[in-house]
Amino acid sequence: MFQVFTPKKPASLTRRSQPNRLCADQSRSNKPFGLLLDSGNQMVEGAVLTLAGKDQLVRFEQAILPHLDAAYNLARWLTRNDHDAQDMVQEACLRAFKFFAGFHGVDARAWLLTIVRNTCYTWLEQNRRGQAMTSFDEEIHTVEEDALNPSALALKSGDREMLKESLEQLPAEFREVIVLRDLEELSYKQVAEVINVPLGTVMSRLARARARLKGILCSRLKEKP
Amino acid sequence: MDCTNAQTLLDGYLDGELDPLRNLEIEEHLHGCARCSQSYSDRQIIRGGLKTESLYFKAPADLRKRIQRSVRQAAKAEAPAGWLSWPWLRVAAPLAATALVVLMLVPIFGGPSSDELLTQDVVASHIRSLMVNHLADVRSTDEHTVKPWFNGKLDFSPPVSDLAKQGFPLVGGRLDYLNNRPVAALVYQRDKHVINVFVWPSDNSGQTVGPVKTQQGYHVIRWTSSGMNFWVVSDLEQNQLAKFTDLLKSSATTSPT
Repeated sequence: MFQVFTPKKPASLTRRSQPNRLCADQSRSNKPFGLLLDSGNQMVEGAVLTLAGKDQLVRFEQAILPHLDAAYNLARWLTRNDHDAQDMVQEACLRAFKFFAGFHGVDARAWLLTIVRNTCYTWLEQNRRGQAMTSFDEEIHTVEEDALNPSALALKSGDREMLKESLEQLPAEFREVIVLRDLEELSYKQVAEVINVPLGTVMSRLARARARLKGILCSRLKEKP
Repeated sequence: MDCTNAQTLLDGYLDGELDPLRNLEIEEHLHGCARCSQSYSDRQIIRGGLKTESLYFKAPADLRKRIQRSVRQAAKAEAPAGWLSWPWLRVAAPLAATALVVLMLVPIFGGPSSDELLTQDVVASHIRSLMVNHLADVRSTDEHTVKPWFNGKLDFSPPVSDLAKQGFPLVGGRLDYLNNRPVAALVYQRDKHVINVFVWPSDNSGQTVGPVKTQQGYHVIRWTSSGMNFWVVSDLEQNQLAKFTDLLKSSATTSPT
C-alpha cells in the first residue's frame, strides 16, 4: 500500500521558510554583516568571494541548475512527497557544489542524479526504521507474466492517478529505473551510472520493474467497477 | 529465438538499446508469437501512459531560488577555503601580525637578520674562493710562513696552526673581506674537501658558540674565543668539520702565538 512518511528531518537541513525570512530581513534592515544574496545576481554587501570562487559558482550554476527538474523528479518519486523531495534536492545540490571541483565529466545530469539518489537513499534508510516497508528483492518480486490476463490492460486518459499510485507502490529500486528510463529518458548506460550497477543489470531490472508495474495495474483495473 | 529469450530482450528492444541483429531476431519472433507480441504492446501502453499522463514532476519555481541562495551562501562560507580556510586564518592572522612587528623591529636591533646575512657572505666567500682559483694568497703548509704573511696586511694577527698530523693539512692563507672589514682566511684541506676559516677580531672577549648552520649544502660553524671571531665553512661532512673545529679551538688555546 501507499505509505505516507512522517520523517524526522535531518538536522543538517534548513527549513525552506527560513532563508526566505532571513533574506527579507536582510533587505529591510541593511545589516553590515550580510551573508545572503538578494534575489538577483548582485551580491549584497559583506559578501566575500574570490574571483576563483565566483568562477566556480558560475560554472556550477551553468552546469547543474538546468537539471533541477530532473533532480526534483527523481527525488519526488523516491521520497513520494514534495516537501522532502525539495529538501533532498537542496541537500544534493550543496553536496554537488562541495564536490564540483572534482567533477570533470560531461554528463552533469547523470552526475547530479547520482548525488540526488544517494541523498534520497540515505534519507530512506533513516526513515525506513520502525516502518514496515516493502523490502527489495529482485527474485521475490519477479512476476509471472503468464498469470496476468493480457487483455486486462487498457489505460484511459483519466488513469493518471492510478498509474502514479501503482508506480509509487513499487519498491524504490524498481521505481527508480522506470523513472530514470521512461520519465527522464536516460540511456541504459546513464541509468547504470546513476544507480551504480552493471549495464546488463539495467535491462533485467527494468524488465522486472515493468512486469511488476503491469501486475499492479492489472489488479487495480480488475478491482475497478 | 524462443519466448524466454524474447522476454528478457523485450525491454531492450522497446528502449532501442539492442544491436541491429538482435532487433531483427526479436521482430521475427514477435511476428510469429501472439503472447510475446501482447506483452510487448502492454509495455508500450504502460510506457505511453507514463509519458502522456505527465507524471514528470517539475521543480517548483521557488526551489531554484532557494537552491541558488543556499549554494551561494555555501560558496561564501567556503570562499577562502580554496587555499585559505577561516580556522586556518584565525591562527595565521595573529602570526602574520607578529611577524610584521618582528620584521619592523629587526632593522632597529639588527639582530638575527645580520647574522643570516653574514652566514650568506661566509658561504658566498667560500664558494668564490673555490670558483676563481683564488684559494690562497700565500701557499704554504707551514704555519710559520702563513702567520707572518698577514703582518702589515691586517690590524690583527690571526692564530694559525697546522693540523696536518690530525689529517687537516694547512694549505695557505689569503685576505678576504667580510662583515665590512678585511679578515684573515685560513685554508685547510681534508682529502678533496676545502675548509675556509675566517678570522677577525671580536668586540666580545668571552667564549660564545653559535649554532651550526647549513646553507646550500655547506656547513657553517662559528664561535668566538680569545677576542676573535672564527667562522668555519666547508662541504665536509658535519661530524668531521666539528672534529676539525675542536682541534682548531684546542690548538688556538694551547699554543697562543
